[in-house]
Amino acid sequence: MAAAVRGAEELELLERLLGLPGGNKYGVQGERKVPVLQTNNGPGLTGLVTIAAHLVRRARKEQLLGSSAEEKAVVQQWLEYRVTRVNGGSSKEDTRTVLKDLNMHLEDKVYLAGNIFTLADILMYYGLHHIMVDLTVQEKEKYLNVSRWFNHIQHYPGVRQHLSDVVFIKNRLYTNAH
Amino acid sequence: MRLRVPPGAPAALKVLAAAGAAPEPVRPHLGGPAEGPRALPSPPGLQLELDNGTVLFSANAICQYFYLCRGEEPTDLTTQWLEWEATELQPAVAAALYLRLVQGRAGPDALAVLKHLLTHLEQHLARSGTSHLAGDAVSVADVVVWGSLFPVLQDETSLPSELQVLRSWFRAMSLWEPCRDAAALLPEALRELRTHLAQHPPPLPGPRHEPQDEESPERALTDDDIAAAVDTWARGPAALPPPWQPQTPVLPVEGERNVLITSALPYVNNVPHLGNIIGCVLSADTFARYSRLRGWNTLFVCGTDEYGTATETRALEEGLSPRELCDRYHALHADIYSWFRISFDTFGRTTTPQQTRIAQDIFQRLLARGFLLQDTLEQLRCESCGRYLADRFVEGTCPFCNYAEARGDQCDKCGKLINAVELKNPQCKLCRGTPVVTPTQHLFLDLPKLEGRLEAWLERTWAAGDWTPNARHITRTWLRDGLKPRCITRDLTWGTPVPLDGFRDKVFYVWFDAPIGYLSITANYTDQWERWWKNPQQVELYNFMAKDNVPFHSVVFPCSLLGAEDNYTLVNHLIATEYLNYEDGKFSKSRGVGVFGDMAKDTGIPADVWRFYLLYLRPEGQDSAFSWADLLLKNNSELLNNLGNFINRAGMFVCKFFAGVVPDMVLTAEDQRLLARVTLEMRQYHQLMEKVRIRDALRCVLSISRHGNQYIQVNEPWKRIKGDEKDRQRAGTVTGVAVNVAAALAALLQPFVPGVSAAIQGQLLIPPERCGLGMGLTCTLPAGHRVGTVSPLFQKLEPEQVEALRQRFAGGQVSGTQAKQPPPASAPPPAPNAAAAPGDPKLIQELTEQVAKQGNLVRQLKAAQAEKAQVDAQVAKLLELKQQLALAEGRSPEVPKGKRKK
Repeated sequence: MAAAVRGAEELELLERLLGLPGGNKYGVQGERKVPVLQTNNGPGLTGLVTIAAHLVRRARKEQLLGSSAEEKAVVQQWLEYRVTRVNGGSSKEDTRTVLKDLNMHLEDKVYLAGNIFTLADILMYYGLHHIMVDLTVQEKEKYLNVSRWFNHIQHYPGVRQHLSDVVFIKNRLYTNAH
Repeated sequence: MRLRVPPGAPAALKVLAAAGAAPEPVRPHLGGPAEGPRALPSPPGLQLELDNGTVLFSANAICQYFYLCRGEEPTDLTTQWLEWEATELQPAVAAALYLRLVQGRAGPDALAVLKHLLTHLEQHLARSGTSHLAGDAVSVADVVVWGSLFPVLQDETSLPSELQVLRSWFRAMSLWEPCRDAAALLPEALRELRTHLAQHPPPLPGPRHEPQDEESPERALTDDDIAAAVDTWARGPAALPPPWQPQTPVLPVEGERNVLITSALPYVNNVPHLGNIIGCVLSADTFARYSRLRGWNTLFVCGTDEYGTATETRALEEGLSPRELCDRYHALHADIYSWFRISFDTFGRTTTPQQTRIAQDIFQRLLARGFLLQDTLEQLRCESCGRYLADRFVEGTCPFCNYAEARGDQCDKCGKLINAVELKNPQCKLCRGTPVVTPTQHLFLDLPKLEGRLEAWLERTWAAGDWTPNARHITRTWLRDGLKPRCITRDLTWGTPVPLDGFRDKVFYVWFDAPIGYLSITANYTDQWERWWKNPQQVELYNFMAKDNVPFHSVVFPCSLLGAEDNYTLVNHLIATEYLNYEDGKFSKSRGVGVFGDMAKDTGIPADVWRFYLLYLRPEGQDSAFSWADLLLKNNSELLNNLGNFINRAGMFVCKFFAGVVPDMVLTAEDQRLLARVTLEMRQYHQLMEKVRIRDALRCVLSISRHGNQYIQVNEPWKRIKGDEKDRQRAGTVTGVAVNVAAALAALLQPFVPGVSAAIQGQLLIPPERCGLGMGLTCTLPAGHRVGTVSPLFQKLEPEQVEALRQRFAGGQVSGTQAKQPPPASAPPPAPNAAAAPGDPKLIQELTEQVAKQGNLVRQLKAAQAEKAQVDAQVAKLLELKQQLALAEGRSPEVPKGKRKK
């Protein structure tokens, strides 16, 4: 099984994607290895979503958090879903539920928040990468909407970086011969 | 904008409070079925549908939305609190609520899982110097955190007093109008929440809060452990749950945990062996007793499975009608289980009119919904008998090795499995006529058509229920191999008739029919059986069985019930054992190897010792083996030297040194450590029992008495009692604590060895209202309590005694035919071979067999309420045989039977 992109690594990917100078030091806390960002002023920030949103605001790319109240709430909701449901150590059954949920949600949407690309897509992509790498051709076909969305996000400029490219086949591997 | 708040949604409070703070009033739609767009994640719960069609399903996002509408943008700090609440607080609160509402633990106990989070809040509020979590005004962070905490705390005084700042924040929040209005709905919501949690137990809190399975209770005690244990101790009998007072018949009660327990139905004409007993009935009984002790509303159902070819064959051989045969064997089963103290609420049978009614109803519903198929099978039919022949009714020449007396299902010579129609020169076993291959119509359950529903159900039930790993594995294997239609009809007469034209001469195949026995047996117990079996919302169903029975309970029977579409209660927890071997071989009735239920009592070993040893061996996770030498060892080391010794010493000290009155106790640090140690073991015990890990839970009980023995050994009350005033007080404290540990053991042992438990309660004169099973050690026998007469609970087993038993049950010398013959009701016992010398194993074997047979006969006569003279005559014969056996074994006939002294 592919290793999950965890906490600090994920935030460093995000920094580069946002064009931030980098150089932040991340610690981890507790058994869940919750990332912590030490800041010069104040007690620091704890939690993946908290730090990621903070980085987005610092990079002045607030549109990634949504523009209207509706969009902001939806982005918030999917970020929460990402940290509560899609975490490194989840069981096979949990993973299946997540893929089913997402597949249904993405049935009529381009991005998680509808028609705009947001931080939710970015973090969900990082969170799902290790799962998608291991899916069989049949599974990718079964979760077709997730596959379409994932393929789209991994080709979004600057998102994928050094992560492996997950291959999605658009025509069927086996024709009637089998 | 539509806000839907289903009853009992754990997050309802914060959403209602945030809605109350929204700039425009939002009218929540309470309860009711889901309407409109489908929300994530499944199953749908609380949701807010926005005017543009977007659906928010996260309670925190909904709260955030209301605050965004007020123009309050999220900040780093509010985002951080919301993330913390979702990832840390929510799971811990769910666990605490589960402990309190479902398991009925006391407030402080339940709050323990939250302690580090409450401290975090306190520290933040104290350090920031602001009155609220993200500044001096109420923000979305306060509403979200308050909404999570309120159901567990309700009142700031339930917070530990050292959390002063948190207390005042919580009070201020609870008085704030939107929160106050939301909180008014709480009493109703809590009731719903309790039901919700009972059906969707949250995952166990992390290892930080409670010892996990892997973590041994031997871990170092913390000050918190000790403080909590001392606190529980001081609460005395108040810390015990009140005894459960069931109504009769036991019926589900709204708002309570309703536990329905079934044990796999034993096949009527097999006398159960020890492996069968530990595999289902004894395991189920232990859990049922535990469940009742916890005050859960419990119904425990079992009975004999009576239809089928095997019964019909056996009845023909014995010249009885199947009904007569079943009557006889049903009584035999009931007798064995009652000797083992199995506490069925009802022990019924599958051959009743209710069975016919319910099985035919399920069949009709499956038929009406298109889940049944018709197909033709080729089967042998004997024209002179006018019947289709089941495999066992045909003999012929083996198609593989030409052995002339091959059976219809298998060749005894080459061992190959045979399809009866392939036999050369087939013969009807009854009339010796020649059967002919005839096509016959049969009905099949269309499992492939039900596979989708089955998988969806399994996914749900596996997420919430406790299924043993072998049960999950076997089920997965079945699904992986793909389901095929299964034949549900048979050409027999002894069965539930098929109510369909063209099939009226057929009956249901036992695998379709037998599990319906659970329902029909309950229906014979109460006419309100549907409140148990058509009530998945309120009832939790536990199925106990050995692993060979798993597919019928996890795949086939659920498919029948799902297809019938009648809101049936399906299994929530499937508990399957591995196999118990006998002295490293298999139990075999035909070879006379192993101990069978009816013989266990003739061994002179008390029922509770059997229960203890079988539960100690319970094949949990892997096969285990019964061994006589090990039985002796466990009886003498664990029961006698560890458990019995401790309880007896504790009681004896009270009698001898304190005139039978529990002395005053002045707890020192050492005593407190013992309380904490015992409490940790008790917690582990509860965790294991809740997961039905019975064998491991029994280990906890034994650890407690081991700690107790050590405690007495180190403190030597028998010496101190002779010392000065201070020493005598110390002796009093140690004796008092020890006898209270013994009282706790009585409750902890009740599910395993009920007779021993009752004996302890009797000896220590523990009043019934103080026999409850607490979560920790508490002082139930306060200073001044008078105990009764204390006597030893167990007897030593001697190696010679056990060796004789081992030889007696080793089999080997019995010829196949002799063992296969059932005990004929009228046959006189054959005369013993008088010429054989004492100690002759062959003679002992024969006599043992005869004693067993005669014992059966006597029991059957008694069960059938035969005339007293007739019974007495047979009893006299039995006694005579026993005497001969004793002589043959070279022991004195008056040897004590090793019964426990009372």
